[in-house]
Order: sequence, then structure tokens, then C-alpha cells
Amino acid sequence: MSKVGQSWGRYPNANQTLIALSDRHAGLPATAGSVLPYGNGRSYGDSCLNDGGTLLHARLMDRFIRFDVQTGVLECEAGVLFSEILDLVVPQGWFLPVTPGTKFVTVGGAIANDVHGKNHHKAGTFGRHVLEFELLRSDGSRRVCSPQQHPDWFAATIGGLGLTGLVTRATIQLRRVAGPWMSAEVYRFHDLSEFFRLSQKSDRDYEYTVAWIDCASQGKALGRGIFTRANHAPAHPDNRPNAPSRRLRVPLTPPVSLINPISLRAFNTLYFHRQRESVSHVTMHYEPHFYPLDGIGDWNRIYGPRGFMQYQCVAPPGASLECMETLMKTIAASGEGSFLAVLKQFGDIPSPGLLSFPRPGATLALDFPNRGPGTLALLDRLDDIVAAAGGAVYPAKDARMPARYFKQYFPAWESFSHYIDSKFSSSFWRRVTE
Amino acid sequence: MQKVVIIGATSAIAESTARLYAARGAQLFLVARNVARLEDIAADLRTRGAQEVFQAPLDVNDVLAHAGLIERIWASLGQVDVFLVAHGTLPDQSQCEASAELALKEFATNGTSTIALLTTVAPRFEMQRKGVIAVISSVAGDRGRQSNYLYGSAKAAVTTFASGLRQRMTKLGVNVLTIKPGFVDTPMTRDFKKGALWAKPDDIARGIARAADRGRSVAYLPWFWLPIMLIIRHVPEFVFKRIKL
Repeated sequence: MSKVGQSWGRYPNANQTLIALSDRHAGLPATAGSVLPYGNGRSYGDSCLNDGGTLLHARLMDRFIRFDVQTGVLECEAGVLFSEILDLVVPQGWFLPVTPGTKFVTVGGAIANDVHGKNHHKAGTFGRHVLEFELLRSDGSRRVCSPQQHPDWFAATIGGLGLTGLVTRATIQLRRVAGPWMSAEVYRFHDLSEFFRLSQKSDRDYEYTVAWIDCASQGKALGRGIFTRANHAPAHPDNRPNAPSRRLRVPLTPPVSLINPISLRAFNTLYFHRQRESVSHVTMHYEPHFYPLDGIGDWNRIYGPRGFMQYQCVAPPGASLECMETLMKTIAASGEGSFLAVLKQFGDIPSPGLLSFPRPGATLALDFPNRGPGTLALLDRLDDIVAAAGGAVYPAKDARMPARYFKQYFPAWESFSHYIDSKFSSSFWRRVTE
Repeated sequence: MQKVVIIGATSAIAESTARLYAARGAQLFLVARNVARLEDIAADLRTRGAQEVFQAPLDVNDVLAHAGLIERIWASLGQVDVFLVAHGTLPDQSQCEASAELALKEFATNGTSTIALLTTVAPRFEMQRKGVIAVISSVAGDRGRQSNYLYGSAKAAVTTFASGLRQRMTKLGVNVLTIKPGFVDTPMTRDFKKGALWAKPDDIARGIARAADRGRSVAYLPWFWLPIMLIIRHVPEFVFKRIKL
């Protein structure tokens, strides 16, 4: 588990008081300064931090309220983890409607960041599957919000970065599955235009599509990678692998980042060539398919004591290819490289939140070991490219985007700010608005 | 299907343990002071697979109410496979030093109320001739330390009582299990600075269920408290009285 009061990128550091909440009927605790809900600390940057204030640790509000196995409607407290939902519902033939790349997020966190997954082109964001939630404000008021009831509060709170109040409980609509297995096809591609062709071709018939990009290669190999498309497998596939039972963990934080230009190039080359054929078909358990990194506990430690920075951006459809190419070239030339670069085409299903990040176009997620000014300068250059293309950067993964770009990426920020609870604030929000 | 009773069911360790039994499809009978929180926990356990969840309110210090409660439990469940006594508080030692009244009240909550409950429930198990009576005591009961000897002495009473009860019940096929958790990260210990020896309620809960399944007598949880307490118990008094613990 992450150290409480830290974000997953372990950057920046923040000093805050932590108050654990475990009773959803209780009022908010009285504090001198501002408060911010904190779930399981899987946001990468400072959107889950509140330097100088208080974090309301909601992870212990982790009770299920009801689950209807006929309709797949699940009601639970906001601190319940996606992993706990999966453990409960998969054996009963249901699955999360949308899941990010880790199952160790809370329901409250998934709402606050309106998370997305490999099925965005089919299902949209997580917020679209939230039927209702209860919002507790510092004035003691409780609102049940849904697309019909208090729709303005619903839209502000979904993707609202925890600033509109505390979500105490939520009701979500799950989706049916026949079992825990996925049938996937894995393709090697050699450049970005091949990726876009593959992705376009797959969007109709495959619920989940995503690509990994080799970020260390330059020149002719630039933009090569591995594309995966998958569907939930039928009830009794020929091959029924179990969930991986062995759980590794990174036992300690090494004194320096283990991710450096040499290890990066080696990993990327090996990963690209891990399969011989250019196409392979596999049946796999959902865990390695959706959550490859969850198998390694505390993997964020490999970046050393200075932590790392995630960068996820989206570029609109017309400008996607060119923008991604420019980004890749800029990264390759900087020598900073990214251990994992993930590329995915969002669909055009509208996101329900005022500040939701997902929008039509291609999205690229990268992580960089924090090497100080050099890393920050590179990310500033990436911002210039994304902003010029009319794109946006994901707040849940950000620790450094300039205020002017935030306001450009999220033009609704001003109308959103009327919904912020006067007692609530975050390091992120102060950084991008003050 | 197991039938499990939990006294003090809103405590973090008890709730985690109840979830394990719920996932096995058990029938549960939950007892606690706070009825509203019991309601939430019961709904959660039903969702997690408990076949049925009964609830009853009880202030453990209301000893006169114990017999009626036990009556109600057996009327609802018919028999009991695991009877887990998990209630408790963590008294402020320095306040207990300043007030005999508070000291006795805390001793009652953590010590005598458990003795009363076990006394009342024992005849039921004598008749049943099977099942597990599990009591959460504490490593703090193994030796009095200046930092929390009021709590420690109440738990020592529980440990000693359970040991005698075990001798009485073993020949009847009833197991008495004494659980001795070390430091556990729960709302009860929220104000403590946490170090490497601290365990999560989930880990303790798994230990409790395992020890009950295997018919163990005494379970230190996590296991490393067994050697630690072995050493602490054997430090000679002339040394022990001079150290800070």
C-alpha cells in the first residue's frame, strides 16, 4: 500500500494532516484549514494532495450496501476498491463497466477523476455508468446526485477532483460477462500510421483496444509498438488460465532510479520483440490483461526517492497523428525516454463531467523518472505541442502543468469553480488557478 | 454452513473477520453498542455472501442483559460454531492513573465484561459439546508495562480466565481460543505513530479464522509476537522495572 498522504508518483512532497473516515453517516470533521478527500492514493501528481491542509482518508468507508445480481446494480461506500468489487462480482457474472490500468482505485477516486479505460470507444468514461451518488458538503448538507436529480452537481462532481464535497456512497451499473477470461489479439506495428489503421479497424468489433509504444527508438523505428485488442471471452474458452497467484513486490526504494536510458532501451527493445509472430491470439485471465502492473506491489518505488512524473495528453482527431509524431520525436531526442508509453484512441462518447479529461482523439500516457529541471523542461515542451494541437493534459496524472494551459485545456473550469465547497481545496487546484 | 457470533462487531478486527465468514456463506449474529453502524455492516456482509445476518444491541457493561442476549442468539441460530468476543477500548493510561473510577470502568469494559459473557455462554457450549469460543485478548496482557498496564491487567485477567475455561471445556470437545494481537492499525489506535510491527486488521482477521479452523489454543497475531513476548516475559524484574516500555 502506498504511504498515506503521498501520491503514486511520489512527487511532489506535501505536508498534511490525515483524518480517517469510516462512518458515512457522520458529518465532516471540523478542521482549521482546508480539506480534500483522499482514497487509495493512486493519482500520480498533486491532485490528491493538500499541502498545509487536511486529507479526509475515505478508504475505510469500504462497505457494500447492496448488489442486485439480476440487474448488475451495485451500491457501495466511496472507499471500496475496484479490486474488491471485482472479487465480489466476477464470480457472479458481472464486471466493472470501465476500469483504469490499476484495480487499486476507490470508487470515490474513480468518480472524482472520471476515469477511463481501454474500452473508452465503446463505453465512454466511468462517470457514464454512475447511476447516483451522495455528496456531503461542509455545511452538513447531503445531496443525492444523478443525471436526473441535481444534474448540475452530478456534472460538477464527476471529474471534479474531489473539490465539490465528499462522495460518501455511489450506485454503479456493472456489465455482464460470461467469466473471468479475455480473448485477445496482439499485433506488432512499425509506425504510428499503422497504429491508427489498426485501431480504426478494431474499434467496431473489439471492446478493448490499446497500444504500447517503444519510446526509446528513433529514426525509422520511431513509433513502433504492440497493439492489443480484446473482448470478454465466452463462458468456456478452450484455454482457461488462472489469475496469477504469485504477487511480487518492490521491497524498498533504491537510492537512485532504476529506470535510466540504458535499462529503458533494453526493456523497450525486448518488449517489442517478445513475440516472434506479428500477430498472436491468446486467451488470458482478466487480471494480467487489465492490470499488468498490479502484479508487482509498490512498483512506483523503482523510480527511486525522487519519484516520477506521469504525463497523459489527448490530441483531437484531425491533429492526432501529427501531434503524436512530434511528441515522440521530442521525447526521443531529449533522451529522457519513457518506460511505458501507452497509446489509445478515445471514442466520441461525451464525458459527463464538467472537468472530465477524455474527449475525442488519441491519448498518450508516459512516465518519466523525476530528474529535476531537465524533466520539467521536457514536459513543458510537450505541453506546448499539445496546446498548439488543441489537446489537453490529464489532471489525475499531473504535478506541473502551467495554469494558463490548464485553463485552456479545461475551459469549463470557471463555471466549475462555483461548485467547489468553500472548505475544500487541493495542491493541484491552487497551483492551476491561483 | 458456519454459525458465527461476534460481540463488538463494529470494531475493525471484528468487521474484517466477519467479512471472511460472510464470504464463506456463514450465518452471522452481530452484537454491538452502535446500532446504526451495525446496520451498515450487516448490509455489507449480506452483499459479501453471508446467508443471514442477525443483529442485537448490547452495552457489554450491562451484565444483566447478557443472559437475555445469549438466549436470543441460540433462539436465532440453534447452535453456534464460533463465538468471538472482540469488544474493547484502548484506555488512556495516564487518565486511568488519575481516576480510580475511570480505571475500574475501563477494567470492566476490557476485562470483567468478557469474564461475565464467557461465564454466561459457557453452559451453552457445555450442552452443545462442540464449537469454538474465541476471545480477543492482547499481548499487553502478558506483562504489565507502564505505558498501558490498566489495559494490560484487564487483558491478563481475560487470558487467565480463558486458560482455565479451556481446561474445563476441552474434554467436552469445545475449543477455547485466546487471540493475542500485537499492534493493529485500527481507528482505536489512530493517534499512534506506526512502525514496522504494526499489522492490518485484515491480517489479524485471517489469523483469527485460521486459528479457529485449526483448533488452536493461543494465537499470537502476527506470529512474531510469540518470540517477542517470550523475551519480554522472561526479562528479570530487576531489569524490567528499570526500562521503559
